[in-house]
This record gives sequence, C-alpha cells and structure tokens, in this order.
Amino acid sequence: MTGVRVAGVGLTHFGSHPERTGRDLFAEAALNAREDAGVPLEDVEQLNVGNFAGSLLEGQGHTAPLLAEAAGLDCPATRYEEACASAGVAVREAVRTVRSGEADVVLAGGMERMTNNDTPETTEALAIAADELYEIRAGVTFPGAYALMATAYAEAFGVDEDTLKTDLANVASKNHDNALPNEYAQYQREISVEQALDAPPVAEPLGLFDCCPVTDGASAVVLVSEEYAAANELSADVAVVGTGQGTDRMALQDREYLARTPAADDAAAMAYDDAGIDAADVDLAEVHDCFTIAEVLAIESLGFYEPGEGLGAARRGETRADGDLPINLSGGLKAKGHPVGATGGSQIAEMTRLLRGDHPNSDAVADAEVGVTHNAGGTVASAVVHVLEVAE
Amino acid sequence: MSDAGFDEWLHAFAADEGYYVECENGHGHLPPRRVCPDCGSTEFAEEPLPETGTVAAVTTVHVPAPSFQADAPYDTVVAEFGAVRLTGVVDAEPGAVEIGDAVEPDVGASETTGDDVLVLRPL
Repeated sequence: MTGVRVAGVGLTHFGSHPERTGRDLFAEAALNAREDAGVPLEDVEQLNVGNFAGSLLEGQGHTAPLLAEAAGLDCPATRYEEACASAGVAVREAVRTVRSGEADVVLAGGMERMTNNDTPETTEALAIAADELYEIRAGVTFPGAYALMATAYAEAFGVDEDTLKTDLANVASKNHDNALPNEYAQYQREISVEQALDAPPVAEPLGLFDCCPVTDGASAVVLVSEEYAAANELSADVAVVGTGQGTDRMALQDREYLARTPAADDAAAMAYDDAGIDAADVDLAEVHDCFTIAEVLAIESLGFYEPGEGLGAARRGETRADGDLPINLSGGLKAKGHPVGATGGSQIAEMTRLLRGDHPNSDAVADAEVGVTHNAGGTVASAVVHVLEVAE
Repeated sequence: MSDAGFDEWLHAFAADEGYYVECENGHGHLPPRRVCPDCGSTEFAEEPLPETGTVAAVTTVHVPAPSFQADAPYDTVVAEFGAVRLTGVVDAEPGAVEIGDAVEPDVGASETTGDDVLVLRPL
C-alpha cells in the first residue's frame, strides 16, 4: 500500500456570492489546487467531488461531469453525497484509490452554492439530511435537531441552562477569533461571548451565533502517491496517514444516545488505528462545528475529552489558539463558513496549510506534527475522520 | 401520495391505537421495517405503544422550514415510549414542556400546510 501526500490545496473565498455558479466556484478551487500542487492537467486520473443539495439549491444534478469539465479534467468523475460530509467522503475515497495503486493523482473536493436561495428555502433543502418521515414531518430543522441534542446533553451531564449557553457562546467567540486573519473566511470579525448570548433564538437553546452561516464556496485538494511526489520532485510534505468513516441511525430518536455521536467515535477509532496513533498524539483538529454544540460532541468523540467534559473546553481556553489543543484554527464552519458539500475538502485544505506553515494561524501550532479533521453529515449519522501528518 | 407503513402508523394514533413494531428478539422500531437494524431479524409483530411517554429532549423552534412557517414558534420534542422514541410537535404554547414531562401522542395538522403531523400533548 502506497502512502498518500497532499500535493496541493485550493479554496474559493467562503461567503455570500449568490451570483456565482457552482461550476465557477469549483473551477476556481480546482485551479488553485492544481497551481499549488504543480501537477499538470493530464496527470489527474480521477475526480471525486462532494455536493449535497445542488439538485434543490441550483436545480442541477449529475454534478460530477459538469465540474470535471469546469475544471478542465478529462477523467472518470463521481459525485459523493453524504449530506454535510459529502466532501469528506470524496476525499476518503480518493485516499483509498491512491493507496490501492489504481491512480497516482486524484483531485478531490466539493462545492455548494446556497445564498442564491432565500433562508426558508435553504432551511428546507438542508433539512432533507434528516429523516423525511419521522423528523422533517415533525417540524425538525437542523438547528432544531442540534438544539435537541444540546438539551439532551445538558440533561445527561447535569449542566444548567446558563452554563450550557455560556460555554457554547465561548465556542462561537473562539472560532470567530480564529477566523480573523483567514482570508478565505466568511466572517473575519470578532464576536464577544455577550454578543453571542444576546443573539436572537433560532431553536432554543441555540441562538443565531450558535449556528454556522449559509455559505457559497468550493474546495479542492490534489492527492498523489508518495512515488509520484518523489518522481516529480513535488513539494508535498503533508501526508494523509489515516482515514475512517462511521454510520449511525438516521433519526435522532432511533439512536442509542441523544447526546453523543458514536458514528464519529467509530470514524476516529478507524482513522487512528489506520494511522497508528491515539488521541493523545493529536496536536490540533478541524472539527464540524455546524452548531456550537457540534464542536463539543466532536471533541468528545475524537477522544480529546470524556463525554460531558468537552463543553467547557473553549471557556477554559484549552481549545483556543494558544491552548494545548487548538480546535478550528480556520474559524471552523461557524466563522469560516459552511458551503455544505465543500466543507470536508476545506478542512483538509486548511489542515494542510496549518501543518505546512503557510496558514495565517500556523504560528499557533509551529511544532505540530499531527492534525485531525472531523466531517459530519446530518446529526452525525455519517462521520469521516482523517489524520494528517508532517512527513519526515 | 401515500407512504405505506408510515401513514397507517400515524393514523393509528387518532384511534388511540398507537403501535410500534418489535422483532422476535425484542428490539423496538418504527415502521416500515423488514430487517431489524439491531440483530438482523426479519420477523416483526405490532405491539401497542405505551399511552404516555417522557420528554427526553426539547427545543423551541423560532426559524422553521417553509412547511411550518405559520406554526412557529413551536416546540419539538423527542419522547421515550418504552422500546422506542417519538419525535413530534408539542400541542401547547412554546416553552410549556420540559425534559421529564409526560406527553401523549395524537394526530394533529400543520397550521401552515394542513398536513397530518404527529403531535405530543402534555398531560
């Protein structure tokens, strides 16, 4: 089995770009990734692209050939759809393809165009990641589903409402702080804990600043075999050394736990075993904070905290940029933005930049060697975890 | 368009005959089911649902999907009914229920679309 290197990464600005088509967004990210990699067009042997709701949000299905054409690629192309984990799965399958020896160069990433719709239409489109019969028809929205998880968490671990809201506000404030210098981020501005607490409610106990924004954007990464990188003298010092995926029951009501995310536990265990590491080896992580409570559940599933202990991590400073285990130095979904089908690829791109040293927040993790990405679909019925390392 | 299995299950609440399906090894689920996701059993029987359940999680939704626009704000809860949990809209003022409260299921209608909705009514 050959090793996998990240030869190049590319992003668009994440933000409100309602006039930009999905094909244009992805073309920009793919072009940026190829330029960063220094890999010629004709060497790309496969395209794996994540997209969640283009069929609803852009009236566009059959996305992969369209995005291959937009990126100038003439190779087999496949769209992966696993809700908000779509690009994470696209990357994971690219890693497996390169490892198997079937291809030396795979371009993976994702795209979502969202702000061309009104908020109600977007809310409805995103809700299809939940169980249509048993959740959507019972009025469950995604903020609502995560709010249910938040109240179940507080109940399970004996947390009062003020502590819950304050600790979650600290997650939001931290991630906005991290996004400040990130030129790709949707919100390069601070928010205080007080501002987050005073924001209007979306689905109680979650307020507006507990929720990631609606975002247009695309991501791309060029994954190559170690042999290809060496033969072509590529600068590709970050390796993907672990990949894992987990699945849970679709509807919250059918889960063993309402306040834990076992699919992510499973994905992490698989990825750590694949990489030959454990949670204590991890120096930093990019996690799927679509809502503030989701970051808490993620850092518990990744083994950084015991269940019930992750809530206060941001407030205690442990997961801040100057803490022992910085989480979401990119700004996370909360402040960097969440173009749903692009997010899993964006996490790989941001982690690569952080480990290479060319991210504006790289100084916070100058000695870091191991980074983890955590990408979740729905209320974590799907989860994908990757382990990236600075190659020796 | 009907959804076989689900529609019958939902409308049974209107006749106070709510049920769930149980596999031969005692795992409870909601229909339609052909295979038990816990044990792989393919033998199911309908079992009566407990008349009341206990709220396990609750949220007050202020920003709804379009199909619940006129209903907002409203509470959605997940409630425990023995071997299964149900998710429903609370048939009461927002904020009226807390975790641990008892609720009973019924069929209601969305104020927005008129569509049938599983409602959970505080006792």
